[in-house]
Formats: sequence, structure tokens, C-alpha cells
Amino acid sequence: MDLATLATCLSSTACIVTQSTGGLIIGMLLFLVAAGLTLIFGVLKVVNFTHGSFYMLGAYFALTIYQVTGSYTLTILGAGVATAIVGLVFERLFISRVYGQNVLMQLLVCYGFVLIFDDLVKIIWGVEFKSMGMPPAFQVPPLFIAGGVVPPFYLFVVGVALVIGLALWLVIERTRLGKTVRAAAYNPSMVAALGINTGYLYGLVFALGGLLAGFAGALAAPVRSLTPGMGFSILIESFIVTVIGGMGSIVGAFVAALAIGLIRSFGSLGFPLFTDGLMYLFMVLVLIARPTGLFGKEIA
Amino acid sequence: MTHAHRNRLDRRTLLKSAAASTVGLLAAPMVARAENKSIKIGMSTILSGRVAQLGTSSRNAVMMEVEKVNAAGGLAGRQIEMVIRDSKGQPQEAARLSRELVNSDGCEILIDAEASSGAFAVHEVARDLGMLTLHTNSETSSLSADPKLRLPNAFRVCRQGVHDCIVGGAYAAKVAKAKNLTKWMTTSPDYAYGRDTTAEYMSYVTHFNPDVEVVGEAWPKLFQPDYTEVLTKILQTKPQALYSCLWGGDVTAFIDQGNIYALFGQVETFAVNMADYTALTAVKNLPKGIHSGNRYIKTFPNTPENAAWGDAYRAKYNEYPTNWAWENASAIHFLTAAAKKASSADGAKLAEVMKGLTIASPFGADGNITLRAEDQTMTGYAIGWGTTIPTEPYVTDMTTGDWKQIFELEAEWKKKKNYA
Repeated sequence: MDLATLATCLSSTACIVTQSTGGLIIGMLLFLVAAGLTLIFGVLKVVNFTHGSFYMLGAYFALTIYQVTGSYTLTILGAGVATAIVGLVFERLFISRVYGQNVLMQLLVCYGFVLIFDDLVKIIWGVEFKSMGMPPAFQVPPLFIAGGVVPPFYLFVVGVALVIGLALWLVIERTRLGKTVRAAAYNPSMVAALGINTGYLYGLVFALGGLLAGFAGALAAPVRSLTPGMGFSILIESFIVTVIGGMGSIVGAFVAALAIGLIRSFGSLGFPLFTDGLMYLFMVLVLIARPTGLFGKEIA
Repeated sequence: MTHAHRNRLDRRTLLKSAAASTVGLLAAPMVARAENKSIKIGMSTILSGRVAQLGTSSRNAVMMEVEKVNAAGGLAGRQIEMVIRDSKGQPQEAARLSRELVNSDGCEILIDAEASSGAFAVHEVARDLGMLTLHTNSETSSLSADPKLRLPNAFRVCRQGVHDCIVGGAYAAKVAKAKNLTKWMTTSPDYAYGRDTTAEYMSYVTHFNPDVEVVGEAWPKLFQPDYTEVLTKILQTKPQALYSCLWGGDVTAFIDQGNIYALFGQVETFAVNMADYTALTAVKNLPKGIHSGNRYIKTFPNTPENAAWGDAYRAKYNEYPTNWAWENASAIHFLTAAAKKASSADGAKLAEVMKGLTIASPFGADGNITLRAEDQTMTGYAIGWGTTIPTEPYVTDMTTGDWKQIFELEAEWKKKKNYA
């Protein structure tokens, strides 16, 4: 415990800016992954353990697209779309067969595909770790805002994540498609009775989850080592975010991801040996106060 | 009567002799085959997961050297047959596989190409089975330094943490004096290797330069994907110098993420595991001037033998070797020399002659490496520190470690640890 360092930091604008930016970047990438996870759970009631693999595939797709095109914009879009297609195919061919079945069967299918996706990555990209490298546009010195250090790439990532998050919220809350998705989450039988193809809708939701995970993978690729199995660690943290935010709540995922990011960032100063523990402690406290998570709805 | 009796006896003798001859004739090729049959060497290593590249390079290096040995007639006339298994980096799996390699696959020698956690598990198997075992990757010093762990049949054919720390500490202290770097911070993976190596390294930095003070520490998890919180903590602590023993994908992620904070222009960085081709070639924007110990680079030691070995490996496998590769190649070199000396491939005889054995090696500081008799660990290998540049040879201005100094300080360290 190093509370003196934390106190010193909190009394310095420069430190607050630096740590907050660090917390934001951790939180935003977590949000993109957790948003897909919570969306899929909210609508399909499937705990998608393969979601970390989608993040991994997004990062590897990004690596290849960037190597081929050299354009980071195309890389982000391409990785998102490619992962969305994987999500769609995966849902239509496999997950759709276990809807309504024992949760253990769903977990088994998902876990099986975690291993399959890991092996596919090894076969296609190799077992060794890869590094995509920073796009030249972002190979610039960091900005100094109020004395705090802010890397331009992280500003870009936070900006893109916010735009994606806002777009997702608008789609879910303000469009006809979003209403249908929310209705399907609440009462799928009624939605089907109204003539809406729920199978198509479910595929779309899975693809949307894949899209978000793919974006997250592409945004993380320039600064993280790409290895088979890299999705596992972010999956655990995303589950924590999802649980804290409330299963099925995108707004909850956003708030929880930000909170986790900031807890990690400032916690590393005050509690350097307990940073992970702080995350779990926060989850426990939230669940004691609100067992359904910050924005979760009571299960009828 | 006597004659008749003798005749009957003769017939029996004849029949017995015929039977014996038949059995003998049938058995003779088996005896001959037993003398010349291949010798199986079992090897467990990490062929999947995040460290797979190191395990694969261990396998590649062993196979490259075994091919040469077999082409030259084998190990004391017996062709080597490698039986290689994937432990996935799990200690219990490494121990299970090692046992199986001996009991089920009939291996007569074990190569333990595991990281430290697995090596200690395999070491207990070696204790139990009494099989000649060569630890080829574990750098944790206690494995061979602690007399309580020592086995007559187990040898370490790889670097040892304390050796690297002495050389690294002396080098860093010299740089610190020259550049007046007194405030240091460390960031290393939070497990036994990271903790022990960092403590030993910094103890030697302060031994050689008492002005050095450690003002902060950060302990990211092994295989942590995001170092943002570590980097911001470093920026907040404002050290003049930073030591890290992050390795593999972790060190490349740290460098990539540190680059966007322009960290390496602000802090003199000492990353012991940077100068390995796995990391050097993976980082897209390798900063100039990071200090690193040599893991494997073909330009250190700067000899034609080392360069030729690195090039041969690259020609065969289309990639550069790693630190684990040269260590595993050395294991085969030692086995070959020992078999020649003992005129046998028997494990016990090999173990006997391996104690104190010195062989010519491309990886030796002076062209030789030795399996020191007193603790059955390798010494004399080239250790050096230099600074990175973004293009080949990636590391320049190498300062070579002094083995006389290593031996002196290692002896003190052993006394301090009650190992001597």
C-alpha cells in the first residue's frame, strides 16, 4: 500500500490527467468487448465464452489487413466486419442449435470453439507472438495537457470507442431495429408471433457483438502483443465489467468499464500489489449493494 | 556299455548343443541389435501457448544438432532418436510427460526444456527415476546452486540468473556512474523469476554503485496485455533509469506501449531480455539505446563459429534462433562430447564424465563452455550487455562479462544464501 503516492498524485493536475487518460484507454477497450458480450447475453441469454476469441480474431485480422493495405482506417473497418462475419457464421451454424438448452451445453460449445479458434490462429498466423506496430500517423510525441502525458493514439482510441458506443446506443435505443432487439430480449415468442424472423435477428446480434470485439481487437493491435489465446484475459475482465454493469445493460457496461479503468489506473499508485484485487473488491461491493449490477434489471 | 552310454550322452549333448546353437543363432542378432540400437532421448518443452516460439526453437536446435551427431555415427555408435512432447508450459504436465518418456517410451536420457516452474517439477522426476537429466532453460539459480536440490544425475546446461545479474549489475552501475543515474525503478513480471532476478540484479547494481536508489517498483502479471497503469506509474515516479526482466511478448508489448508515451527518451532503460531475436524482430519500432543483456544474437560472441551457427539455424528454419535454442544445442554438444569421452551412451557413465567437462562451443566467452563439477551447472558462456539499434545487428557496443568477477561474486552469493 502506498497511499502517500496516491495522495500526491491526487493533488497534482498533471498526475490526474496522466492517470485518467490511462484509465480511459483501459476502460474504453474493455467497454467495446464487454458491450458485445452484454448485448449477446441480453438478447440471446447465452454467456458467450468465445467472445474473447472474437477480440483475438479482430486483432489478427487487423494485423493482416494492415500488412496488406497499410491503411489503419481500413484495418479497423475490415477487422470489425470480418469478425462480425465470423460471429454470424458461428451463431447460425453452432450457437443457434443450443438455444434454450442446458447452460452447460452452451458453455461446452463455446469452450470448444475457444480451443478451435486458438488453433486456427496458430495454423494461420503461427504460434509466435506478433506485433502490428504503430501506424505512422501516431508515431508522434505525446501531448502534454495540464502537465499530464497524453499519447495521441490513445486519444484517437478513446474517441473512436466513444463514437462506436454512442452509435450502438442510438441503434439500440432510437431505431426500429433496436426496438425489435429489445423486444426480442424481453419476449422472443411475441416478437416471433409478430412475424419477425428471430433467427435472423439473433444472427444479427451475434454479428454486432463480433463487430464490437473486432473493433476492439483492431484498436488494441498496435500496442499489444498478438498471441494465440490472447482473448482469455480480456474475457475475464469483460465478464467483471458485465457483471458490475448489469448483465444485458450497455450503459452499465460503459460505466463499469470506465470505473474499472480508473480503479486500475489510480489503484496501481496507491495499491501496487493489489490492483487486480481492487477490481474484484469493487465487484463484490457492487453486488452486495445491487445484486443485479449497477444497471441490471431484476429477474422476474 | 560305457561306450554305449557315452554314445547316448553324445547324442544328448549333440541335441543340447544343436538347441543351444539354434537359440544362440536366433539370439545373436538381438544381442547385436541391443548393442547398436538407437538411443531414445526424451524431451518435454513448451510447444503451445504464449511461449511456444521458445519451445519450438528448443526443439529445432536439438534436432539440428542431433542430425549432425547421427550423421557422424551417433552417440557412442548409437543413433539418437528424439521423443519430444508438449507440456503446454504446465509443471504437472512436464513431470507427467517426463515420467512417461522414461517408463512408456523407453527414453534413456531426459532433456528438460521447460521454464523454471516446469524444471523444478522435472527435477523431482529425475530424483525419483535416477535418469540422466539436462535442464536446458531454467535460469533460476537455486536449481543447481542449492545443495539440497542437487542430484548426481541432473545438470543445468543454460544460463544462471545470478551470473547474468552480476554482469548486468556491473554494467548498469558503470552506466549509472557515467550518466549520474541514481533514481531507479523496476518493472518485472510478478512471479518467482521476475521477483528473484530483479532483486539480485538491483543488489549488484547497488553493490557496484552505492549511490543508486530504487524509488519505485511495478509488478505486472505474467502475460499482462496492457501496461498502461505501469507506464503511467513510471511517468509519475520519474525515475532516471528503469530495469525490467519482462520477456517475450511481454517485453515487446511494453516497448510498443512505452513508445507512445515516449518513455525511452525520458528514462534510461535496462531490459535484460530485449536482445533475443524473438523480441528484437517482433518490435516494429525498436527504440535506439535500450540496454540489454545478450540472450541470443549471432554477433555476440563475435566469432565466425557463432555467426555460422546462427546462420545455419536461420537457413534451416527460416527464422533466427532464440536464447533457448543455443542452450538446447549446447546440451547435445555436451552429450556428444561426454559419449566420446566415456565411449558409451549409458546415462550413468555420461553423468560421471560430464562433471567438469569442458567443450569447444560457439557460445563460449573464450570459445569453451564447462559443466562445473561442484554444482553441475554450465559456466564460461558468453554474457554481455549492449544497446539496441532499430536494424540488424540490433544490438551494438557489447560489453563482455568477466567470468573471474562472476566466480568471485557468485561464491559470496552462495555463502550469503547458505549454499556453500
